[in-house]
Amino acid sequence: MTATAPAITIKDLTMAYGSFVLQHDLNFSIAKNDIFVIMGGNGCGKSTLLRHMLGLKPPAKGSIWYGEESFWELPDEDRARILRKTGILYQTGALWSSMTLAENVALPLLHYTDLSPEVIRELVAFKLSLVGLAGFEEFYPAELSGGMRKRASLARAIALDPEILFFDEPSAGLDPISARILDELILELRESLGATLVVVTHDLASIYTIATNSVFLDGDSKTMLATGDPKTLLRECTDTTVLNFLTRGTGEREVRTV
Amino acid sequence: MTQQPIFIIDHPQPGFLVVNLGGAWTLHTSPPEPTELLTALNDTVRSLAFASQHLEDWDTRLLIFLRTVISAAREQHIEVNLTGLPPGAQRLLALAEAVPEKTTYSKTARESFVTRIGRLAIVLFAQIQEVTAFTGEIILEFLTLIAGKSPFRARDFFFFVQACGAESLPIVSLIAVLVGVILSFVGAVQLQMFGAQIYVANLVGLGMVLEMGALMSGVIVAGRIGAAYAAQLGTMQVNEEIDALRTIGISPVGFLVLPRMLALMLMLPLLCIYADIMGILGGSVIGVTMLDLSLVEYLEQTRKTLHLSQCGQGLLKSSVFGVLIGYAGCLRGMQCGRSALAVGEATTSAVVTSIVLIVVSDSIITFIINR
Repeated sequence: MTATAPAITIKDLTMAYGSFVLQHDLNFSIAKNDIFVIMGGNGCGKSTLLRHMLGLKPPAKGSIWYGEESFWELPDEDRARILRKTGILYQTGALWSSMTLAENVALPLLHYTDLSPEVIRELVAFKLSLVGLAGFEEFYPAELSGGMRKRASLARAIALDPEILFFDEPSAGLDPISARILDELILELRESLGATLVVVTHDLASIYTIATNSVFLDGDSKTMLATGDPKTLLRECTDTTVLNFLTRGTGEREVRTV
Repeated sequence: MTQQPIFIIDHPQPGFLVVNLGGAWTLHTSPPEPTELLTALNDTVRSLAFASQHLEDWDTRLLIFLRTVISAAREQHIEVNLTGLPPGAQRLLALAEAVPEKTTYSKTARESFVTRIGRLAIVLFAQIQEVTAFTGEIILEFLTLIAGKSPFRARDFFFFVQACGAESLPIVSLIAVLVGVILSFVGAVQLQMFGAQIYVANLVGLGMVLEMGALMSGVIVAGRIGAAYAAQLGTMQVNEEIDALRTIGISPVGFLVLPRMLALMLMLPLLCIYADIMGILGGSVIGVTMLDLSLVEYLEQTRKTLHLSQCGQGLLKSSVFGVLIGYAGCLRGMQCGRSALAVGEATTSAVVTSIVLIVVSDSIITFIINR
């Protein structure tokens, strides 16, 4: 694998449920160490694209490349090997409700490493303190607020120091302050872990704060309409649908920092 | 006192029609039907206007009246002038027309009989595939467990052992004792006529051990545990917990389904034995209190009747039930869709499937053994 190869490449991808086509002819690549935002309106297929990338649902047509390997053409074991280098923050957090936070964060470590229980305990405590939840080891997910659950889920996602981190609508259901804190945490993690971040979102405030690159999926024309840094797109994009989305329909080409 | 809603049709000059609205046009009054107005909108009319000086109050009731009138007028190419209406009503009418009615997807289109059969076959085929894949995965994960490489957590297993076993004891006791009482009651009425009360012990003993112990404990566990499994796994599906397991490479079958199924398969035969004993005790209560039998006499008669092979038959049945209940509960949970409604359906379906499977497999086993 060459150093310049993109982390993920999407080639001629078509997504469909049965005969209902969600998106067709998607072509873009995600460079290493980017914060890549997949944006678009509700129901345009953002989350489905994520499911394709995470190996949960095979695409209808086309391919997804991790480095120089075509993900869906690999045997199961190799797909599992690639996924081991990724971490996911689900929209609802998806913490395992029957386990404490410590057990949630520890499970990937127990499954993939031969570390001693003490080391794992220390690792878990460290990951939880990274997301500001030190001392919450023995809490169950149901005992936490939505924002705390999201952060705990982030701690689990980074348990194995992943190379690629996926976020499914990280700010959904969070108040502006919690969303901002999560955005800062995402930026911080990219700096410190050197990871590639793929974020599915339609929250403009967080798009302008974190994204270094993006793709816009349109639900009406069923394909991608633009790709690039959203701030550049806002200044230069000529497509009215993209511009409408980026300006909340006002057409003002100015970044509004929240 | 609010005025009755009325309208008066006015012809200020030929070809012009003005509708004077008066009174309170709300959901709580009863406005007149627009029939008279619709007939007035004939070829001679070129322009329609409204006047609302006498309108006291209005809400959506007025708007739907206006909508009917306006669309009828447009069909006849009559010019409609809305300026006489209250400004709020004008804005709402404009808003309702801003987005045209969606016509591209029609959900009411009926498919032909053949298409529907085809669709049904596709769904059925997909379901068979799903069930086969699930069964295969259970077997593979069981083999990995034996090889010692499964993510199986012993703590989960013992938790479910407790839930299926110890926590089911009170309800199983109650039901089994009552079934014993019912059996002996039914038998006693008949057998007393021949003076053969003592054979009530045979009836209850055989009935419980061969059939009722396994059946009753199976049905209780299907309701208590099968439903719980489906609901737990279904909720995890909704919360994306199962996706989260899959993406970190842990098989949800090995991690979630196996401990549940194994706990159930282990505990149900034990519950069955317990139910047998409770049923015999329940029968003896009737024997002692109503049939003038001594307890020792009753139990001795039961002991003489029962053979180990008969207990084995009951145990075999309840082992099979254990597998079926665990399988149905977990399968329905894993198949669950992503909504609260789907969790409810999964739970109901798990219980119904379990009970149907229990009764069907029970008759098959009984038939094979007693042939």
